[in-house]
Formats: sequence, C-alpha cells, structure tokens
Amino acid sequence: MSDPAAQGAVHGAIDAVWRIESARLIARLARMVGDVGLAEDLAQDALVVALERWPESGVPDNPGAWLMAAAKRRAIDHLRRDRMLDRRHLEIARGSREDRADPEAEILAALVDPVGDELLGLIFTTCHPVLATEARVALTLRLLSGLTTEEIARAFLTSTSTIQQRIVRAKRTLREARIPIEPPPATDLPARLQSVLEVVYLVFNEGYSATAGADWLRPALCEDALRLGRILAGLMENEAEVHGLVALMEIQASRLRARTGPGGEPILLNDQDRSRWDWVLVQRGLAALDRAVSRGGLGPFALQAAIAACHARARTPEETDWTRITALYDALAQLTPSPVVELNRAVAYSMAFGPAAGLEIADPLLGEPMLAGYHLLPAVRADILAKLGRFAEAKTELERAAAMTENAKERGLLLGRAAGMEKRMAGA
Amino acid sequence: MRVMVIVKASEESEGGVMPETELFAAMGKYNEELVKAGLMLAGEGLGPSSQGKRVRFDGKRRTVIDGPFAETKELIAGYWLWQVKSMDEAVEWLKRAPFDGGAEVEIRRIFEAGDFGDEFTPELRAQEEGLREEIARKAKKA
Repeated sequence: MSDPAAQGAVHGAIDAVWRIESARLIARLARMVGDVGLAEDLAQDALVVALERWPESGVPDNPGAWLMAAAKRRAIDHLRRDRMLDRRHLEIARGSREDRADPEAEILAALVDPVGDELLGLIFTTCHPVLATEARVALTLRLLSGLTTEEIARAFLTSTSTIQQRIVRAKRTLREARIPIEPPPATDLPARLQSVLEVVYLVFNEGYSATAGADWLRPALCEDALRLGRILAGLMENEAEVHGLVALMEIQASRLRARTGPGGEPILLNDQDRSRWDWVLVQRGLAALDRAVSRGGLGPFALQAAIAACHARARTPEETDWTRITALYDALAQLTPSPVVELNRAVAYSMAFGPAAGLEIADPLLGEPMLAGYHLLPAVRADILAKLGRFAEAKTELERAAAMTENAKERGLLLGRAAGMEKRMAGA
Repeated sequence: MRVMVIVKASEESEGGVMPETELFAAMGKYNEELVKAGLMLAGEGLGPSSQGKRVRFDGKRRTVIDGPFAETKELIAGYWLWQVKSMDEAVEWLKRAPFDGGAEVEIRRIFEAGDFGDEFTPELRAQEEGLREEIARKAKKA
C-alpha cells in the first residue's frame, strides 16, 4: 500500500486498536510474565510488528487477537531464554538438574484461562500503595488509559522526561517489591480499593479544575477518569463506593459547560443555567448513585455524590432540599471530618435552618490553622453575616477574602460584593 | 468526543419483526462490552415508523402525518451514544458489533464544543460548585 492517504487511515486504525486493546493486552501479559514493565514492552513490540505489517496486509479482522498472538510469541521466547538462564544458574548452584513447573505450559494455561479479572489486577497494581501517588497516576494513565508519556506530561504541565522517569521508577519499584499482579485478597480490599478510587478522582479533578484551558488535554482527563471509573464499576459490580465515585464524577462533569460565563468568570452553582447541564450525565450519575445506595450504604464518595444529586434534582435553586443536604454533610463530617467539610456544613445549615445556625458552625473555624489562608471561609461568613443584617462585618470579611484569593476575577467579584454591603449599610 | 451511532431501519425492523434470540444475546453481550469499556452513555431501539408521526411546518400551519414512512433505508431503527477518543476508535468499536446481512450503521459526531473544550478558560478554578471539589482536595490533604 503506497497511497499515503490509505496509509494514514491504517495508522489511525492502529492507534484506535491500541486504545481499545492495550490495557487488556498488557494486563494479560503482566499476569503471564509477572511484571508490568516487561508486559508493556512485549505489547509495544507487538504493536511495532503491526505497524510494519498492517499497512501492507490491511488491519486483520480481529486485531486484538492478532496483537495478543504476536505478544504471546515474544513472551514465550522471553520465558524460554529466562528458563535457560535459570537452569544454568541451578546447575551451577546445585550441580544437578532440577525439575520444576514448565513455564511454557503455565503460559499456555494462562492464555486459555477464561477468568477476566486481569484488568482488575492491573488497576490494583498500578495503584498499589507501594508507589507514590504521582507515580500511581502516571502509571495508571499510561497502562490503563493508553496515554503516551507526552500526553501525560502535557496534562500535568510537566516535562516528558519527568513522567518517563516516574514511570520507569514505578515499574522498577513494583518489580523489586514483587507485587503480585492480581486483585487483592478480601482482607486488603477496602484499603487497596481506596487507593484506586483516589487515583481516579485525582485524575478527574486534574481535568475538572484545570487552570490551563488552552490545553484540551487537561479537560480530557475528566473523560479518561470517567472511563476508568466506569470500567472499574463494570469489573467490581458489588462495590458501593466505586458506583459512588462514578456518580460523583458524572454529576460534576454534567455541569462543565455551565460553570463559566462568556468571559471565563466562574458561575456559582445556584446561578448556573440549569438547562446547560448535561442531562445525559445527570441521569447516569443519579443511576450510579442508586446502585451505590442499593449496594450497602454511603461512603465518602457516595455521600458527596448524594449531595451533588440534591442539586441535580432541583429544577430551580429554590427547590434545593437543603435539609437533606445538611444530613448528608453531617454524615460526611462523621466519616471524613475536616475543616472544609465543616465549612460546607455551615453553608448548608444556614440555607436550611437560617443564618444563625450556619454561623454557629462557621465561627469556630476562625481558629482553624488549615483554613488560615482560605478565602472561602471569610466569604462564607460574609454571606451569613449579611443575612443577619450585620453588613459592616460582612464588608470586612469580603475584603479579607478578596485579599486572600489569587484569582483576579474572583477578587473583583468579592470587592464588588463588599461595595454592595456599603450601600446596604447606608440603606439600613 | 461523543458520537451517535445510528442503526438504519430494515424491512424487518419496519415490519415490527423482533430479532431472533441469538441476535438479542449477541447484542446484549456487545452492549455489555461497551458498558464495561466505559464508552456507552446511552442507547435505545426505536419502534417501527408505522407507530411514528411526523409534523410538517409550513408558515403557521402544522400538519401531522402518520407513519409508516416510505424510505426504509433512511429511517432510524435505533441509536447509541458513545464517548470515544476519536472517530477511528468509534469505527473500531462498531466493527465489533454483531450485525450482518448487508446492514449499514452510521457514525456521526455530536457537536458539543463546550463540554470539555473551548469554554474552559483560565482562571476558572476555585469558586464554584458549592465548594465540593475543594472539599475533596482539601479533605485529602487533611
């Protein structure tokens, strides 16, 4: 095939096949050879062969099986070499031949093994607690989402060589720690799953709170995270928190296009045009939340999703069920207490039971060191104080918040509100 | 990006003939794969056009036309909504669908520039969403 257009089309198809097949391919190979780094190398080798052959022969009917067969041949070659080395070592060590399980037979057995939890094993390995969080994220995006090192580097606004090193080191750490590539035993599952969910949500937030809007890759991380979450939900049907996380991400993602005005200014939840929410994602989020609830209760992700769902269910801000939201924040504060949760609880209480109830929760937070530089604390207190008619204090708080924020648009907004307090003081 | 995968009507679908059990099973398996891969957002089959209506707009006049409609091949019998990385990925996935017998299935890109694209401007960050994303981030640090 010498026609460049046709060749381009084949390369596009190979790219797409790789996106679809690479995670499963690597997962299965990793299970066979016991090493994610080697598995990725083998899979990449198979891809190189495809890139050489397919432009001539055309893309085969079952490209996934083709790649697997090519990679499998390499895996067997590798293990044969490995076994010969092993034998030589054994002979040197013991001066005799040692019978041991035939690795080739083991591989062939693994190949016909219908158990489809390889992918799950791979996710738990790339998110293993033995790795630093940033290494988990890089390795997961590389091996599970099929992102290139360059794409990951751009998404995290860092250099390709940094990501490259991070991935190389992560693979080595896994090899040296002899981490088995399989889902954890039931006793370890809750803690290990927590680590997986955190990685997925981190990826999501990296895209969701993107500051660099010019780069499409950061927002695209939301899609990658959502896909990882949905894959996980498919593999771990019975885990409530997996559905909780998916629900949270779907509902948050549904608001993406309503969150900013034409000038890029942030639009608060209650001021958003709800018709611009993505209702397909809202419905999917609510359905995922139902699955979380029906699988036994609400963990931290499901609780946050349930709060998001309260907003999603309200057709207008006035219809928001704030009483339910206070109950959910109470539960969240019990499960994962933090000053930021308290601050949100204060907002919810003020909306549900009046400003005095909110202020009672917000005031003690003034002594909280973690919130010392957090502009939303004075901003929230200002709202509550204004509702109580304490405009002068509200004005001071708004000015304090304005001084704390690093975001120019937000500072303008806060100073504008402070000026508004002045007028209300004059009117009072 | 999102695509709509449009399944065209056939004489069978227009005749209200339900697919055979094997095809239902194969389609169910395929749908399951799509869901597990995290790309299927929605999908439905549509009733025959004999149960459908059309409304024609002409000035202020509204004329209701009852089905069935004649041009079978141009009619839609069902659709999927997929979230994919590229049109190529959509094509690769569609190739795996259990259709046969000369069926033609169409993939069309859905316009949604705003979703993850242009409307993301700098300085978006902190204040939105009733603080929820802040919670998640800070709670983790706490």
